[in-house]
Amino acid sequence: MGQDKKNEMTPLMETKEITKKFPGVKALDNVSVTFYPGEVHAVVGENGAGKSTLMKVMAGAYKPDRGSILFQGEKVSFNHPVEAQQMGISIIYQEFNLLPERTVAHNIFLGREPSKFGFVNLHRLNKQANDLLIEIGVENMMTPTALVSSLSVAEQQLLEIAKAVSLDAKVLIMDEPTASLTRTEVKLLSDLISRLKAKGLAIIFISHRLSEVFDVADKITVLKDGQHVGTVKTGDVSTEDIVYMMVGRVLDHYFPPLGSLDDFGEVVLRVKGGSNDSLNNINLELRRGEVLGIAGLQGSGRTELAEALFGAIPFKSGSVELKGKPVLIKNPNRAISEKLGFVTEDRKSEGLLLMQPIYDNMLLAIRSLQNLFTFVYPDGIRQYRKLVPELGKQVDVRVDSYAKEVQDLSGGNQQKVVLSKWLASKAEIFIFDEPTRGIDVEAKARIHDIIRGLTKQGVAVLMVSSELPEIIGMSDRILVMHDGTIGGELPADSSETDIMMVATGQKLADSKSGSY
Amino acid sequence: MTTESIATKQIKKEKLTQRIPQVYYFLVIITVLGITLDQIFANGNILSSPTILLNILIRSVALGIVAVGQTFVMIGASIDLSVAYTISLTSVMTSLIMQGDPSRVPMAIGIVLLIGAFVGLINGLLITKLNVNAFIATLGTGLVIKGFLNGTFTNWSGSVPRSFQALGYDKLGPIPLSLFLLAGVVLIGWVILSWTKFGAHLYAVGGSVQIGRLSGLRTDRVIIIAHVICSITAVLSGLFIVSRLGSGAPWVGPDGVYDLESIATTVIGGTALSGGRGGVLGTLAGVLIFGVIDTVFNQLGIDTFLKTVLRGAIIILAVASYSIRSKREAA
Amino acid sequence: MSTIVNNPPAEQGTRQLKLFWNWIKKIPPVYPIFLAVAIGVSQLNPNFASTAGILAFLRRSSPLAILAMGQLFVLASGGFDLSQGSLVTLTIIGSSLIIYNNDEYTYISILIMMGMGILVGLVNGFVVSYLKVPSLIATLGMLLLLKGGGLFWTGGAPKGYLSENYRYFGRGYIENVPYFGRFPMAVIIFIAVGLILMIIFHKTNLGKQILAIGDNPQAARLSGVKVKQVRMIAFVISAIATVIAGIMIGGYGGTSMEAGEGLEMQSVSAAVIGGALLLGGKGSVPNVAFGALTLDAIVSLLNLLGLPKPYRDAVQGLIIIGAVAYAAITSRKRE
Repeated sequence: MGQDKKNEMTPLMETKEITKKFPGVKALDNVSVTFYPGEVHAVVGENGAGKSTLMKVMAGAYKPDRGSILFQGEKVSFNHPVEAQQMGISIIYQEFNLLPERTVAHNIFLGREPSKFGFVNLHRLNKQANDLLIEIGVENMMTPTALVSSLSVAEQQLLEIAKAVSLDAKVLIMDEPTASLTRTEVKLLSDLISRLKAKGLAIIFISHRLSEVFDVADKITVLKDGQHVGTVKTGDVSTEDIVYMMVGRVLDHYFPPLGSLDDFGEVVLRVKGGSNDSLNNINLELRRGEVLGIAGLQGSGRTELAEALFGAIPFKSGSVELKGKPVLIKNPNRAISEKLGFVTEDRKSEGLLLMQPIYDNMLLAIRSLQNLFTFVYPDGIRQYRKLVPELGKQVDVRVDSYAKEVQDLSGGNQQKVVLSKWLASKAEIFIFDEPTRGIDVEAKARIHDIIRGLTKQGVAVLMVSSELPEIIGMSDRILVMHDGTIGGELPADSSETDIMMVATGQKLADSKSGSY
Repeated sequence: MTTESIATKQIKKEKLTQRIPQVYYFLVIITVLGITLDQIFANGNILSSPTILLNILIRSVALGIVAVGQTFVMIGASIDLSVAYTISLTSVMTSLIMQGDPSRVPMAIGIVLLIGAFVGLINGLLITKLNVNAFIATLGTGLVIKGFLNGTFTNWSGSVPRSFQALGYDKLGPIPLSLFLLAGVVLIGWVILSWTKFGAHLYAVGGSVQIGRLSGLRTDRVIIIAHVICSITAVLSGLFIVSRLGSGAPWVGPDGVYDLESIATTVIGGTALSGGRGGVLGTLAGVLIFGVIDTVFNQLGIDTFLKTVLRGAIIILAVASYSIRSKREAA
Repeated sequence: MSTIVNNPPAEQGTRQLKLFWNWIKKIPPVYPIFLAVAIGVSQLNPNFASTAGILAFLRRSSPLAILAMGQLFVLASGGFDLSQGSLVTLTIIGSSLIIYNNDEYTYISILIMMGMGILVGLVNGFVVSYLKVPSLIATLGMLLLLKGGGLFWTGGAPKGYLSENYRYFGRGYIENVPYFGRFPMAVIIFIAVGLILMIIFHKTNLGKQILAIGDNPQAARLSGVKVKQVRMIAFVISAIATVIAGIMIGGYGGTSMEAGEGLEMQSVSAAVIGGALLLGGKGSVPNVAFGALTLDAIVSLLNLLGLPKPYRDAVQGLIIIGAVAYAAITSRKRE
């Protein structure tokens, strides 16, 4: 590796040629990054670039297939995150590892409570906790005896950091620390980070918010498609440079051609002023035969938009019209009867009945609309005995038996089964949330073909995706979300850079933003 | 430093208001309601007669002791359906071993405590090492004990010496000894849960096994110990019961519905089925609530059977009031 | 595009063998176990293997089988129905009270008890779905409600008698049946109820949706399943099955306050032996019925081996633990 001849300090932690594969996807490919003490180092990249995986490898949650990790110059290998933790590498995930029903002090010192003969010295426990809080400067925000459930998200984050500091962390890894924080809270966090930096910790964090990255980080590492694009000093680059590094790639497959004006029909879905707890003033139109791409970074509200449209977590105000008729979609059953379909983000937890056979999964939506006492046949519902194999053919599911339990299928096949569910229910409006996440290239291409095929038949498609090539390759129009609302609309031939800019909160000179 | 004194002040304030579990307000309401009803519709004895108050407490002793143990396992997100049969087993074994002979009292107590610990150990091992659902595992061991008992003993067996019956009947001044036993068990339970490492770890494991493991806790051991504690409290409860009855029989445990009621009072007392929170003080309130209801019904001459009906309704409503607030999908 | 994976060419014989072995692997464990136990019993009591012996055995075990099949509906939806036992007791003592040896009230009492069962199921379902009380606690509360209600209604001891017409269902025979001679009414009911429940569970939309809820309530909901309503129906079906079983038990054994004691545990055990998953999402009506038969067969076996009746509880406990442990060890890990 081309060593920067830094005379100032020796690296605290290094990943050398780390490769990590998951079924169907190479999450990390030969990644080598160096982290120094007393530095704040941001790791950026789009969703799926490998940032989380890299952090997890460093924290001992994953074992790399190839490559090594060096800590303080020595090669290390972890079998369990606890080992990494004991060595001084602490990671804070987006879903905190806190016990809400226990106090701050108990959470910090879980497993290491000051005790004698088995009795916890509560006074010392609280005092130690308090000292720790003072040390990192957050003593005014929480008391050691407060229940974690009473703390705000920001405070819980600070608590997690306190925990890490108490474990004598030398490397502190944070995954999207500012995702749920307000601007003032972000300031708090960055002050704390500065203080920790001054103590010589190496702070590594993943973030999508480039403006914050530029405020806080000393160095930025860009990952793309599991590979290390480069590591730069923040002062040496601009936001555009970073965005450029994040995007721009060789397409691994070609997308089907976009729709032409003839294909687009009347507006089938119109939302005006839609809002709920996570969304704000959503205005959009969806036409027959088009693919409307929804881009945006994690936390911008894309999934919440999909859920609101489908009635899973409905809008609280605003209006929704289907084919010109105002409707109230308050639950999924209603949405399905109005011919909507929703291919969710997480097929395992939201889209599939893992223990049931393929055919039962395919027919689930149709059945929900039918009378409970309708007879079903293994390969179809009454009068539709051929339905299941037909569906299977339509989505190109590759199995030797439709009686197989869905949990035995590959990711690609599983997603196809989910898709077939909505084909079976003859949905006219399809909502996709990350349609090809975690799927191999071949299945990806097939699914894209199917989606475009749907639009040719007059189906309207709304597609949420964090894979920019997919957005650009598939969308006839692009809406970019930011902070719970629509940041702007971009035309089909937009560049990844343009999309990223709007997504990160920058304004493009020529983008339409907000309402119609 | 000013920051430090603000923090300590806040610590003190929180201590008072947070400490009292919600269920105690419910207990107060029930008691006031009960007394009022008693004044209006019955003799009004509750306030005037100390015996009645005592009876509430004594009825609560057997249930209260085993409920403390049940609280332990439920905090750990587990459950113990074998307690009723452990109680029966204790009563039978105790009177059999003692055979009315005061000198054999310590030995008998020692043996049944060991048996109880063994039962708890089996429960814990089945759940942690064989991954058997706690419901089924403890149901199973309970049935095994039940089978053994019913098969071997068909009637009252043995007897308990007068000196041992002191536990059930004697008083220290105006206060029955058994109340000291209950108070002792609750106190020890409270101390363990709030003040020991084990207690802190139990809450953690019950809240999230994963977080427990990530912090390096020996989660299996924690659960096993909780089950051992629960079975031991069942033994203590059994000892109390046999001291009052004079002899032991196989139906003693199930008759008192100690399994279901210990679960119910624990849940009413604020311990969640899903684990991670709650405590013995709340459970004690739950037990007292049942005791008050029992007594009031007696005073009002309400059919004992209607009592059972109302008990069921109360359990459902109490748990519903806790559950409605959370958004989980129940099953 | 082909959807069938082509099998590599293989020798005819080994391929047949492999298919056969795969087929054997798929047989639910409950059947071979039942067969083994049944053979054991018939060795000790040759009468058991005779037509009359088999019918007698089925006559005894029919109620438990019906209870287990009803319990399956709730288990498959991801819950527990602990109120079965006390509902059985209530059915019996309630019918006794209503009939009080007046034959003409037989059918009215049955009707009333059915209505009561439906009500119990609705309340159970309501408490679990809408009040969000875990089914363990909800049906436990219902158990107490019914127990107390029953005691209250009768004043503590069973009153009245069940008419002959009523007892016919559990105790009676159909005469002059070709080949069999006398055929127990209970077995007819068992077969009829079993068929109906089997059709509902395996062949109707309702059954599929119940499995969906038990497998993944979130995915079910997002696919349009009306989770709350479906769950309530599962409880109602369990309650109706319970009432039917109660009528049969009353017919067979007469009125008693302990008639239903512990039956819910037995039905859960039978279901587990029959391969139902405690967390929901999997189960089969015929397998569960055989689970109940297996349980009863084991009891018979133990009786014949000279083990006194109460030890059956002990063995039952061990069986339950064994069945669940076995299932836990061999089950696939879901994410």
